Parts: sequence; structure tokens; C-alpha cells
Amino acid sequence: MAKTLGPVRRKFAPWNDPAAKPLIEFRNVVKRFGDFTAVDDVSLGIYEREFFALLGPSGCGKTTLMRMLAGFEHPSEGAILLAGTDLAGKQPYERPVNMMFQSYALFPHMSVEKNIGFGLVMDKMPKADIEVRVAEMLKLTKLEKFAKRKPHQLSGGQRQRVALARSLAKRPKVLLLDEPLGALDKKLREETQFELMDLQQQLGMTFLIVTHDQEEAMTVADRIAVMDHGKLIQVAGPSEIYEQPNSRYVADFIGDINLIEGRVSGIEGGTIRIEGTSPAVPLVVDDAIATTVGATVWLAVRPEKVRIAHEAPADVSHNAVAGTVWDIAYIGDVSVYHVKLDSGATIRATVANVDRTVERPIGWEDRVWLFWSRSSGVVLTS
Amino acid sequence: MTGGGRWGRWVVIGIPYLWMVVLFLVPFLIVAKISLSTSIIAAPPYEPVFASLAEVWTKIGDFTAMNYGRLISESIYVESYLSSVWIALSSTVLMLFVAYPLAYGMARAPKAWRPTLLMMVILPFWTSFLIRVYAWIGILSEEGLLNWVLVSLGLVDEPITFLATTRAVYIGIIYSYLPFMVLPLYSSLEKLDDTLIEAAQDLGCTPLQAFWRVTFPLSVPGVIAGSFLVFIPAVGEFVIPDLLGGSDTVMIGKTLWEEFFNNRDWPAASAVAITLLMLLVVPIVVFQNAQAKAQEAER
Repeated sequence: MAKTLGPVRRKFAPWNDPAAKPLIEFRNVVKRFGDFTAVDDVSLGIYEREFFALLGPSGCGKTTLMRMLAGFEHPSEGAILLAGTDLAGKQPYERPVNMMFQSYALFPHMSVEKNIGFGLVMDKMPKADIEVRVAEMLKLTKLEKFAKRKPHQLSGGQRQRVALARSLAKRPKVLLLDEPLGALDKKLREETQFELMDLQQQLGMTFLIVTHDQEEAMTVADRIAVMDHGKLIQVAGPSEIYEQPNSRYVADFIGDINLIEGRVSGIEGGTIRIEGTSPAVPLVVDDAIATTVGATVWLAVRPEKVRIAHEAPADVSHNAVAGTVWDIAYIGDVSVYHVKLDSGATIRATVANVDRTVERPIGWEDRVWLFWSRSSGVVLTS
Repeated sequence: MTGGGRWGRWVVIGIPYLWMVVLFLVPFLIVAKISLSTSIIAAPPYEPVFASLAEVWTKIGDFTAMNYGRLISESIYVESYLSSVWIALSSTVLMLFVAYPLAYGMARAPKAWRPTLLMMVILPFWTSFLIRVYAWIGILSEEGLLNWVLVSLGLVDEPITFLATTRAVYIGIIYSYLPFMVLPLYSSLEKLDDTLIEAAQDLGCTPLQAFWRVTFPLSVPGVIAGSFLVFIPAVGEFVIPDLLGGSDTVMIGKTLWEEFFNNRDWPAASAVAITLLMLLVVPIVVFQNAQAKAQEAER
């Protein structure tokens, strides 16, 4: 994509560097279970030190893709390469990757330190070195006090840490995280997301996370692959996924969005003019995508980019539509206005509640104008 | 809680206790009393049970001189006890090698097959235990099925004597008690989370290492439960050594039977029975403890 949007989280973008070689490479990977195609022709490169997220609804193939990298499933077609070596035929115990399981899969008959040291014992690391590494892992995950406990004596959050420490102990080239925070409550999950990011930076490892939680993916990942029905729909950084979705599926899956169907009635330079039945007024968007006059497209605009007022906007370059307030959802930090246009469609607008007043200037059944700038929307062709 | 509710609870607890007292404790006390008596030729074939409580104490005071003393002084009893424990112990260990792979295979089989496999393990219970042991006579005799197969395959030149040997007793015990070993093993292996094995492999275990480091330790409660369920009844087994074993296979159950019915020495037989019970109380208590511990660990 030509357009770069939003602030860059950190100067790290090897995927834009044609000379950079990916650490993990999926080459036309297909995985079938009987008649069902779980992963459908996926090609993807993941770079060293990248925090990469596979995002999608359950059953989209994201876990299967990860399990193929770990060696628990084998591709029906295609190849998976790690640091240039084909992983075909390599058993899970021969691969320099470790996985943190969704269920944590802690060994119930072993103490916390034995769990963490398990992989090191299997590697025949000298005993003294194991002790040092386990102590280091306990410190890193703040579990020193629980070293002698058994998993069933720990809380959910503590178990999650043990699972993380155990999968990190062997210093794998790639750490695979399968819905790692799914079992935690919201507060703890948010805290842990930041801890995961810090850990990844600190250890300089490549992390691959599988999640169905878009906020989680947006928070932790450098790049996100949105999957559906075994296919990669879009692979991009969080801000690009959000601001420049490539399809209605991605736009709808990530965050909240208004989708307005229409026909292209004019293309001038970087501006596309769309006409539809609702709203009946033509809409103008600054977008440079390839399309033709007469094609059916969708204008996607995020609710927070739609402004709401009693009067029509002064700036005539804005897209403006009139309607009636149908519903107001007061969430606390924002209020969401559902506005029914005269032509029938409903458009949502979110307004940040910046003032601590109970009375809102706009109420139910008010006649209002909704408007957004030409650059706020995205034109989607699929 | 209302008074009626509390009363109801006492009834629920009371009925099984009453059952145990009437059908277990009372007969046990009768046998215990007979064991302190002296054998005579009469019906019933023992001296009338003591008149007063004082007499009971005197009897207990010199019981070693009586029936219980014979259990130590006459080598047939010691031999029977030791041989029973040895046969029960070694067949329990041998059975583990048969039952573990069986239970493991069942627990790892596709989910849809498991009820059928389980059914097949339980199926022999539908026929009488006695009939099944009799059937083994047909299999193990010199003209029997097993020898016919061995000779036809050319594995042996002439029939092997199985019947009336200790070997036949082992075969009988392992066959008869197999479900008691398989079922607890199956239930502990079936509970095992597959992702634990995956996690072990992910951390560097070959499948065999994963088995020894994860699967086996987690199935130990099943191994213990199965072993006790087999060992305890096998020690007192009578039918199998009687039908399949020879005269050289002495087991305490058989000795007991002979004492009761052949020698008609009820007091001696009762003493044997009481001693056997006392000997078995130890492993039973150990078993109960292990169970309680396993349950606690699961919580």
C-alpha cells in the first residue's frame, strides 16, 4: 500500500526491506482434514524478532497453521521453512520452536520449577546450568515464591506464567503462543499483554501469537494476519489493518465500521465519487484504489471519524448526510449515536465524552447532520 | 436443617451400616469365636462357644497354644500363606504387562470405538466365573486347544503339560482378574490430556520419553488401584488353584477349604480365615490411603 498511516510503533519493518530474509516461511501451505480444507494455500514470511499475530474467528485455520509450525500437524501441500531449512519430516522434538498451549498443559505431577526445567532436562543440560536458567525464568515471570508448588496450587494467572516460563526456558528461535491469555480476566489480560511485549523486546525472540481477540492482536503485534476460511485475507501492521482494510471482511472484523454500498460514478486523480440508494447524496473519497466507473463498491468509514451536529457542516468539501437520532449508547468514555438516514440506512457515530456533564447536547429523535472528511473513508471492492 | 431432614440422613447412613453389621461383623465374630474353640467329633464339629466373658479372655490369653499356634508350628500353613502371597504378587505384576498396553490402546483409540472396547473387556462377566475357569481346562489340557495350536504350528513336538501346574494357576488368575486391572488403568489413562503429551514432545521428548515422563507417572493411581483390586482377592483365591492347579500348588484358599470340608476342623479353618483377613487388612489400608491421596492431588 502506498499510504502509510498512523505513528510507527518502533523503527522495525524488515518486511518492507526486499533484502531481508524471513525466519519462517510458509510456501503455498495447504492442510486438509478429509474433505475440509483448514488451511488454503497460505504463503507468508515472518521475520526475526517480529511479534506476529494470526487473527481470525474460531475455525479459520489459524491454530492449524501454528500447529504445523510446531510439528503436530503436517501440511498436505506446500512447505514450511525455518531459517532456510525445510521442516518436512522433522518431529516436534527436533524443531527449535516452543509452544505455549491454550490450556497451558502444565505437568500436574511436577512442581513449578520441574515444569520450567523440563525442556532443559530433555536437552541434557548440566544440572547446575538448569538451576541457573530456571531461577532466571522464575525471576523473569515473578514466580520465585511458587517454585516448589504444584500447578493445582496456583491461580490461573500464575499457571499462565509457568506455561510461559516453560516455553521460554529453552530459548527457542520462535515462541508460539496459542490463545495465551484466553483464560485470564480482562484486567489481567491487558496487563499481561504489555508484559508479553516487554518480554519479547527484552529477549529478542520471534513471537507468533494466535488469537481471536482483535484488541489483543492490535496491542501486541508488529504485524497481523487476518484469516478467514483457511485463507490469509490481509497481512499488515495494526494501524494499516485498521485504517486501510482491504476488504469488508477485515473492516468488519477489526473494530466497528459503517459500510455504505454504492456505485462508482466518477474517478478523478485520487478521488472516487460514489452514488448509491442510501444515502442518496453522492459521496466523495480520497482513495487511489483501482476501480472502474459503474463498479459496485463499499465506502467504509469508522464511527469515530463521523462527526455529529445539529447544523450542516460549514466545510462543503465534507461528505454530509441528514438523519434522525434513533438510539444512543452511553458507554462512559464514548457515546455511540445510531442515526437513521432519511433514505433508510443507519450510520453510527461515536463521540468522546470530553466533558463531565450529564446532559448531552444531542438527544433522541433530534434531526442531525453526520459528516466526515474525504480522507476518512476507504473504498472497498470486495 | 429440620429435624425430619436430620432423621432422613441417619436412615440413609444407617441402612448400609446395619447391612455391614448383620452380614459382615456378626458372621466375622462367629468365625472369630469358632477359631478360639476346640475341634470335636459332633455337629457342629466344635466345642460349644464359651459360656462367660471371663472364659473368652482366658481363651485369648493362651490362643497361641491353640489353633493360632498351629498356624505357625505347622509348615503347611506358613507355606500356603507365603505361596499365596507370592502367586498373587507375581501374577499382579505379570498382569500389569498385559493390562497396561490393553488399557493404553483403549484410551488412545478413536472416541467412537471406546464404549465397544470397554464392553468387550466387561463381556466375560456375563457368564459365570466358574464356567469360565472350567473352560480353561478345555483349553489347557494335553488334548486341549492351546496344545493343538502349538503342535499344529510346529512350535513344540509334543504337548506341554499346562493343566495341574502352577503355570495354569497363573494363566487362570491373569485371565480372570484382567478386567479389574484394565478398568482402573483405562480410567486414569483416558482422563489424560493429550496436550500434555504434545507439550512434552514440544519440549524435546521422543514419544517413548514422553510416555515414561508424563503418561506413566500420571497413570500411577490407576496402576495402584488395579494392583490392589487384583492382589487382594487373588491371595484368597480358591476356585482357580482347585480347578487348574495341581497338588503341588498350595494356596491358602485351598488349604482353608480342605480344613473345613475334608478335615472338618472348623476351629483351625476359622483361625486360618481370621489370620488371612488380618494379613489383608494391611494392603487394604495402604490402598485406601493411596486412593485418598490421589483424590486430594486431583483437587
